[in-house]
Amino acid sequence: MIKSLSKGIRQDGRKLEDFREVSVEYGASKSAEGSARVKIGDTEVIAGVKMEMGEPFPDTPDKGALMVGAEFLPMASPEFELGPPGIDAIEIARVADRGIRESGAIDLSKLCIKEGEKCWMVVIDVCTINDAGNLQDTTALAALAAIKDTKLPKLEDDGKVNYKEKTDQGLPINCLPIAVTVVKIGDSFMVDPIIKESEFLDARLTVTTLDDGTICAMQKGGVSPLTVDDIDKMVGIAAEKASMLRKSLG
Amino acid sequence: MTRIDKRKPEETRPMSAEAGVIKRADGSAVFRIGETIAYATVYGPRDLYPRFLQDPSKGILRVSYNMMPFSGSGDRVRPGGNRRSKEISMVTKKALEPVIDLGDFPNAVVDVFIELPQTDAGTRCAGICAASMALADAGIIMKDMVTAVSVGRVGKDVVVDLSYAEEDYDCPEGVADIPIAVLPRTGELTLLQCDGRLKREDLKKAIELSKDAVAKINDIQKKALKEKFKGESQ
Repeated sequence: MIKSLSKGIRQDGRKLEDFREVSVEYGASKSAEGSARVKIGDTEVIAGVKMEMGEPFPDTPDKGALMVGAEFLPMASPEFELGPPGIDAIEIARVADRGIRESGAIDLSKLCIKEGEKCWMVVIDVCTINDAGNLQDTTALAALAAIKDTKLPKLEDDGKVNYKEKTDQGLPINCLPIAVTVVKIGDSFMVDPIIKESEFLDARLTVTTLDDGTICAMQKGGVSPLTVDDIDKMVGIAAEKASMLRKSLG
Repeated sequence: MTRIDKRKPEETRPMSAEAGVIKRADGSAVFRIGETIAYATVYGPRDLYPRFLQDPSKGILRVSYNMMPFSGSGDRVRPGGNRRSKEISMVTKKALEPVIDLGDFPNAVVDVFIELPQTDAGTRCAGICAASMALADAGIIMKDMVTAVSVGRVGKDVVVDLSYAEEDYDCPEGVADIPIAVLPRTGELTLLQCDGRLKREDLKKAIELSKDAVAKINDIQKKALKEKFKGESQ
């Protein structure tokens, strides 16, 4: 595999910097306030947003709250088991969370209803339907798409949320942070790894970027260290591929 | 009488089904009825661990029913299961077990996972319909399909396939919701629950009224499976 990769050939015939086909379908779950089904190749996830009324965190009394969870449903792979999220699901959710949070993609200050007492909580859950590799990028993209699709439910005068009535008000979105994972195997860099490729990776770097190339979150994984040159190269690839994924959001 | 969504008493909401929708699984299906969507996947027969769970005389069936966190009509459903999902998993297993033969797979397990991305009542029935298709898709030996639908009484009327608006209907007579699973060949029931007040004759009437719907659902299940295996017979 390392030999053929050094010649730029991948198992499924793709070039190193090719993604599989990407599709985004909005409104995948009518029960959610916002939702999307994202497919990258055979990898498929559904993300849904629930808008809840809650209390602001003590350190951000004037802001709404944001939570991202990733559910590796045992339906999606023979490797996934029932039970609380394992470390892989936690990492993927936290990396997706950081991209959205640190980029300021949602203007959380607009989601505060009453300082220190009441605010909207944006709860994003991303459920895997089929795992065929690169759940990180698929999950992050789906979380973002679900936010884009969200319409706030009606807030009644008594302060309760009426889930039966959606308003036409969306979430205050500032920018679209896109996560791209670049994988290093031997001396080759590639994107959108299938499961086989992930098993052989020496290092990976997930880079979340905005449309002007600004980095807003990163996560290194894998056992091998990376040189500064490696990192610079990987950031460049991630930013370039991000623009393609951003377009898929329509 | 008229129903909230103008259906006839014996009429289900629009339905559709597909088999083989999840590639990683050994068998899979999706079943949609109204706004309720149920995915089911089957893994196995595969080794069962820990070992003390194994049955040396036959393979065992495990079923897990789960609503995705955003799939409820109100608040977010906390991930990780609750009393309701555990009970539904158990009755679903009991509904499916009578048709499958795992005699050739001692010490093994067949896992069925049911997942709902979007719900509007009738989820356990939709789950059973999808699971039954997924088992067939996985090549598990079965005596029959299992076809499930909810029947019940809304006010004075006996109806088939209650929507959430009907389950929630506010009237002096109240509502009774009766999810059933039927073996289409024999008409025997493998799931029967009832939630609400019900007269003995209304129960008979409700089951009688479900016959059309059961036949229709069974056709949809079989058609979707045939569609998947089309062209594979050579």
